[in-house]
Amino acid sequence: MKARIFVTLKDGVLDPQGKAIGHALTGLGFAGVGDVRQGKLIEIDLPGAKDETSVRTQLEEMCRKLLANPVIEDFKVELASQIQSS
Amino acid sequence: MQAAVVVFPGSNRDRDAVRALTLVMGRAPHTVWHHATELPKADLIVLPGGFSHGDYLRCGAMAAHSPVMREVRAAAERGVPILGVCNGFQILVEAHLLPGALLRNAALKFSCKRVTLKVETSNSPFLRRYNAGEQIVIPSAHGEGNYFAAPDVVKQLEDDDRVAFRYAHSHNGSVKDIAGILSANRRVLGMMPHPEDAIEELTGGTDGKRLFESIVEAVAQ
Repeated sequence: MKARIFVTLKDGVLDPQGKAIGHALTGLGFAGVGDVRQGKLIEIDLPGAKDETSVRTQLEEMCRKLLANPVIEDFKVELASQIQSS
Repeated sequence: MQAAVVVFPGSNRDRDAVRALTLVMGRAPHTVWHHATELPKADLIVLPGGFSHGDYLRCGAMAAHSPVMREVRAAAERGVPILGVCNGFQILVEAHLLPGALLRNAALKFSCKRVTLKVETSNSPFLRRYNAGEQIVIPSAHGEGNYFAAPDVVKQLEDDDRVAFRYAHSHNGSVKDIAGILSANRRVLGMMPHPEDAIEELTGGTDGKRLFESIVEAVAQ
């Protein structure tokens, strides 16, 4: 089973990189660019995993322990079935 | 007195820490590789600066889960003084031995210069030779030193007199200009600037030396 994990800065945490990207887009002539936030996408392959519920529990544990810093970041877990349909 | 400097892959200020400790203690500290599952008997543990694990994922995130950190955590719980400088501070917050997080500098630039710090408290074994309110000059070199914590956490730090240092002039976007903080028992100190690089007049001043003299004096008592 494949999973995608999106790690994003929490609301209220300053994102200077996102701001710089926003300025660059405006500088390139793209009109109407508002707030820009930069995050991370982590793809994880879990060969042999079948049960979505237990995989999700495991991935969320990974996020809390390492992949995201709960002080500053939120995370979202997407499993293969959702990835294919999207 | 015995001290231990933990070395992670990518640490680069470990030798500076060893040099400062040797000068002040009169003997060389142990150096401990991050894979160690045991620490030598030490009255002080230092997590040095650098770019452990190439700053992958987040600064300090990988190092915080190194085998040696289990021992560092156990030592912290026993009250062993722990100093984390720069990347060492980032590791301490990632390991939840200190609250908050260190974000990219607000100006998005790596900043390498001497900074003026205001000492906020002398109530710590690391700070007893300073006076609260005095200003000191310490070299600073980091790209991710922008201290962040939720407002209630910052208030708690301030109410408990656990802000050790503030930048005298706004430096990297840190909330309330915080440059260093203490644990609740005041025996874990994390700071971004490098006191181990301010130990001799020849290389720009001795304001950092008193930090090491403080801890040596505190341990001796």
